[in-house]
Amino acid sequence: MNLDEVLYNSHTSWMDPSGPDSDVVLSARVRLARNLEDVVFPSRMEEEGAQRVLRMVERAAEDLDRDPELGPVGLFRLDDLSNLDRQVLVEKHLISPHHAQQPRGRAVILRQDESLCIMVNEEDHLRIQSLTPGMQLDGAWRTAQAADDVLEGRLNYAFCQRRGYLTTCPTNVGTGMRGSVMMHLPGLAMVGQARQVFSALGKLGLAVRGLYGEGSEAHGNIFQVSNQTSLGPSEEEILRNLKAVSTQVIAHERNARRALLSQTRLQLEDRVWRAYGILLNARVMSSEEAIKLWSDVRLGVDLGIITEGVPVEALNELLVATRPGYIQKVVGRDLEPAQRDAERAALIRHRLRR
Amino acid sequence: MVCQECGKRPATVHLTQIINGQKRELHLCEQCARARGELGIMGEPFTIPTLLSSIITDGGHTFPGAGQAAGLRCDRCGLTYAEFARTGMLGCRHCYQAFENQLDSVLRRLHGTIVHGGKVPSRTGEEARVKRELNRLQEELAQVVIREEYEKAAQIRDRIRELEKKLQ
Ligand SMILES: [Zn+2]
Ligand SMILES: [Zn+2]
Repeated sequence: MNLDEVLYNSHTSWMDPSGPDSDVVLSARVRLARNLEDVVFPSRMEEEGAQRVLRMVERAAEDLDRDPELGPVGLFRLDDLSNLDRQVLVEKHLISPHHAQQPRGRAVILRQDESLCIMVNEEDHLRIQSLTPGMQLDGAWRTAQAADDVLEGRLNYAFCQRRGYLTTCPTNVGTGMRGSVMMHLPGLAMVGQARQVFSALGKLGLAVRGLYGEGSEAHGNIFQVSNQTSLGPSEEEILRNLKAVSTQVIAHERNARRALLSQTRLQLEDRVWRAYGILLNARVMSSEEAIKLWSDVRLGVDLGIITEGVPVEALNELLVATRPGYIQKVVGRDLEPAQRDAERAALIRHRLRR
Repeated sequence: MVCQECGKRPATVHLTQIINGQKRELHLCEQCARARGELGIMGEPFTIPTLLSSIITDGGHTFPGAGQAAGLRCDRCGLTYAEFARTGMLGCRHCYQAFENQLDSVLRRLHGTIVHGGKVPSRTGEEARVKRELNRLQEELAQVVIREEYEKAAQIRDRIRELEKKLQ
């Protein structure tokens, strides 16, 4: 497979707008942490150990590559990639920032459509991730589980009957599983209920992660809800809990949107159309401003305020396309922040007008 | 407000996270936030290492046996318990045995339980799977005996014998 095609393409499989509940849920992800039995964990691994893991995983990846359901895949050693290429992989949510920052002895296994992505020698020897558009945790689990089975056919995992899959961090032991749902929650944020909902989630053993800007408003109103515990219940039980709670959050968000629409329709329309106008016309745009406006426009599309000319897919792509690494990749050189802001504005105008 | 990390530049990135009902806030400048990888929306919650360390050491106060445990060392990878308490990271699979008593208490706090109930790898986990199936069958057997379904009970008993042979 061709890595450059992945890097130049701002589209990724989770941006498909046809996924279930895609008015609120951007993507669902399942991640499995696995370690090899006879090599120390990456936290204490020397260069030699890392290379051994890479060699073993490389052979196992050939089985993935040949698998009719999962393949073809490619394995890429991170120190063969440029800084910028690694940054784009981070912006596409395929690898973690931590993985990109220390590339030596590390690799990533990728399927062309990016729905399967395996980090090698990150915090654990293997981090198998599957990403789906919309609320499809079960689908993500099936893919991750199938990849896990294929790899396990070749590799001896560090597993113990009592504690399950043994991981570097005890927060992941047991199933090694983290399920997460990325949601766009502008309604809850606007009616001032976001914090209330999140603190309830915390009590149910789920973690919420969001990026807050000034005035405690979330960055793009995008939040990730994930399970906190991995030991005890089965994978299916963990996902069932996560799904049940996410369904509640989705319902709350839709209620908030309906309330806003019925009570403050004019203000809401004004906000949406202004955001759209700025995105279509601005000449300089920071990534922070872009994601803020993005949130308003996306809400406008989901509520039927903007009814034509803005495909959700193109909007979703902007989440990656407005990131600094991606912009520099497309322009083909390093840019100063001010230059990036100009390129970003141009790119958004181009994408939304096409 | 100045950045909590470097203490110099103004804090422009404000992060809030809620874990188990507890809210934690972090105020960072853009450079420090970027260095910590906080500007993305993927990855682990940022508080895991610090949060975990405070669970392991219980703020350095009341955790039972924390004093003696500090000297423990995994003889396979050389990690000491004190290092683990600081970083929250284990070094190899044997650490789970070397620190078993202390870890039990950590795992109970983190997960509310200490026994795995999920997937078992099909090749290396054969024994674990057989044991779990045996447990399940024994429970089922008790149920059918109560219901006086003796024919079914006999079938289950045969299956249990078969599995027990596999384990020998
Ligand atoms: Zn700072
Ligand atoms: Zn060890």
